[in-house]
Amino acid sequence: MLNFLERQREYYAGALMALVGVLSGYKATTYDIGSLRSMGPGFFPLVLSVLITVLGIAIAATGHRGAPAEAHPALAHGHRFRVDPRGWTAIFAAVVAFLAAAHFAGMAAATFACVFIAALGDRQNTWKSAALLALGLTVFAVVVLAWGLHVQMPVFKGF
Amino acid sequence: MIWTSLADLTHGFEIALEPHNLLYCFVGVLVGNLVGVLPGMGVLSAVSILLPLTFGMKPVAAILMIAGIFYGAQYGGAICSILLNLPSHPPHAVTCLDGYPLTLQGKGGVALGVTMMGAVFGAAFGILQMMFLAPYVARVALSFHAADICSLMLLGLLAGSTLARGSPLKGVAMTAFGMLLGLVGTDTATGIERYTFGRYELADGIELVALALGVFGIADFLRSVNNVAPVNTTYAKLKLRDMRPSRAEAKEAALPILRGTLVGSLCSMIPGTGPVIASFIAYATEKKLSKNPAKFGHGAIAGVAAPEASTHSSIQGDFVPTMSLGIPGDAAMALLLGALIIHNITPGPRLIVEHPDVFWGLIASFWIGNLILVFLNVPMIGVWVRLLTVPYRYLYPAALFFICIGVFATRNALFDVAITLAIGIFGYLLLLLRFEPAPVLLGFVLGPRFEDNFRRALDIANGDLMVFVRRPISASFLAICAILIALQVYARMRKAKPPVELDSAAVH
Repeated sequence: MLNFLERQREYYAGALMALVGVLSGYKATTYDIGSLRSMGPGFFPLVLSVLITVLGIAIAATGHRGAPAEAHPALAHGHRFRVDPRGWTAIFAAVVAFLAAAHFAGMAAATFACVFIAALGDRQNTWKSAALLALGLTVFAVVVLAWGLHVQMPVFKGF
Repeated sequence: MIWTSLADLTHGFEIALEPHNLLYCFVGVLVGNLVGVLPGMGVLSAVSILLPLTFGMKPVAAILMIAGIFYGAQYGGAICSILLNLPSHPPHAVTCLDGYPLTLQGKGGVALGVTMMGAVFGAAFGILQMMFLAPYVARVALSFHAADICSLMLLGLLAGSTLARGSPLKGVAMTAFGMLLGLVGTDTATGIERYTFGRYELADGIELVALALGVFGIADFLRSVNNVAPVNTTYAKLKLRDMRPSRAEAKEAALPILRGTLVGSLCSMIPGTGPVIASFIAYATEKKLSKNPAKFGHGAIAGVAAPEASTHSSIQGDFVPTMSLGIPGDAAMALLLGALIIHNITPGPRLIVEHPDVFWGLIASFWIGNLILVFLNVPMIGVWVRLLTVPYRYLYPAALFFICIGVFATRNALFDVAITLAIGIFGYLLLLLRFEPAPVLLGFVLGPRFEDNFRRALDIANGDLMVFVRRPISASFLAICAILIALQVYARMRKAKPPVELDSAAVH
C-alpha cells in the first residue's frame, strides 16, 4: 500500500485535481456565463475550473519527474503514512458526537463527548486518562467559555 | 513624510496603551506563546484556533490581539524547535539545524537567548520598514486601476504558490482551488448563489475559520494521531541564567543578526518570498561567509542567529503589502487579512487613511508586544520548558474541542462545524497527495477580490483583454509573472532543484 501510494502519488494528485476541475466546471455551466464585456456569475468559476483541470493533467503528466525531495531529518518527524482506523474513527466520531451532543444536550455533554472520544483514538490513552482529560476540559469550557466568554450554547439542555 | 509618520505613531501609542487594548495585546502574546510552545502546534494553528475568540471584540482590540498571538506563537515555536528539534512552523526548520546541536551540547539556553536578540532586532527593523514604507506604498497604490490591482494580485498569488515549497504546479492548483472555495456563496455582482447546493447556511460563503481549522487543524490531527515520534525532553532543561550569552557568543551573533535582518527585509519586499525563503537564504549566506563553515550543523551560533533574525524581520516586513495593498505574502498573513475583513475593515491602500487607528495602533502594539515578549520569555522560560513535556495524546483532543467550539462560536452555527470536518477530511487527502495546504488559504482570501477587480477592469475596457497589457503598471506586473514562470520552467528543464525545496508534506 505504502510503496504503491508513493509511486503513484503524482498521478492520483493530478487525477484528483482534474476531477475537481471537471465537476466544478460542470456546475459552472449551469450558471449564466455571460461574455468578457459583461460577465455572468458562471464566468469566473468556469475559468478557474478549466485552469484546475489543465493543472491536474499537467501534474499527472509531469509526475514521473518529480522525485520526492530530500527532507530535512527534523521535518520528517513521524508523519509517515499509516493506516490508522482507530485514530481516524475517533477524530471523526468526536466531531460528530460534538455536533449531536451540542444539538440535544448542551455544552457540557458536547465537551465531554468530544474530548473523551478523541482521546480514545490515541493508543497510549486509557479509559481513565481520557475521562480525566475530558472532565478537566468540561469544567474549563463551562467556567471560561460559557460563563466567562458567553459562548451562545446552553450548558445543559433538554433535561 | 517622516514627521507625519512619527506624529501618527504617537497617536498609535495612545491607542495601544489604552488599558484594555494593552491587556488584549498582552493576552494575545501570552496565549500565542503558550500555544506556540506546545509541540505540534504551529503559528497557523495557534492563530486560527484563537481567531474566533476575537470576533466579539472591537476591531482595534481584536487586531492587536491577533498580532500578539501571531508573534507570540512565532517565538514559542522557536523554543520547541531549538530544545526538541521539532519545527512546528516551516521557517523554524533552519533554526533546528544548529539550534538542536547546541541544545545537545548543553547550550540550549544560549541558543534561545541569541534567538531572542535576533528576534527583537529583526522585528524592530521590520517595524521601522513598515512604519515608513507602508504609507508610501499605499499612496502609490491609490492610483492603481482595477486592471493594475488584478495583475498585482495575480503576481502575488503566483509568487506565493510557486516560490514557497513543493511542486509549483501543485501550488498553483491549490491556489486556484482556494479561489474556487472563495466563490462559494452569493455572487456580489449578480446576487446569484454559487456552489451552495441549496443550503442557506452557505449563502454567505464558507467561513474562513472553518477552512483554516479544517486544513491546519483536523487534517493535521488525522495525520499525526498515533504517528508522532515520542518527544525527547532530556536535554530541554534550562534556567534563566543559562539564557545569557557570554560576551564572546554575543559578539559571534551580532553580525549574523544584522545580515539576517537585512536578508529578511529584502525578502519581504519581493512578493511571495516570505519568512521560509528568508531563513534559508540567511543561513546559506552565513555558512558561505563563515571562517569555519564546517561548524554549521554542529551548533554554530550564527546558524541560529541569522535565520531567526531574518524570519522576524521578514514577517514584520510582510505586513507592508498586507496592510498597504491588501495582498498577503503567505497563509498567516492571509488569515490576518481575513480577520480584518470579518471586522469590516477593507484591506487595501485606503486602510491607512480610513482606519488610522488600526494601522498605527497595530504598529505601536508591535513595539509593545515585542517588549512583552522579552518580559514573558526571559523570566518565565522555566514554565515554557515544562510545557514542552505535554504529550500529544492530551493535546490533540483538547485542540479538537477548541476547534469545534471556536468554529461554532463564529456564527453560532453547528453547520459550520460539519463543514470543518468535511474540509479536514478532504484536506488530509490533499496532504497525503503532497499538496501544500497554505496556498489554499491565500487563494480563498484573494479569490473574491480578484474576481471583483477582474470584472470591473473588463467592464471599463469593454471586454478588451488587452487592457492588462496596455496599462504600463499592469503590464510590468504581468512581465514579472512571465519571468517567474520562465524561471520555474528553466529550473525544471535543467532538472535542478528549485532554490528552496522542503519535503512539504512533512512540514506544518
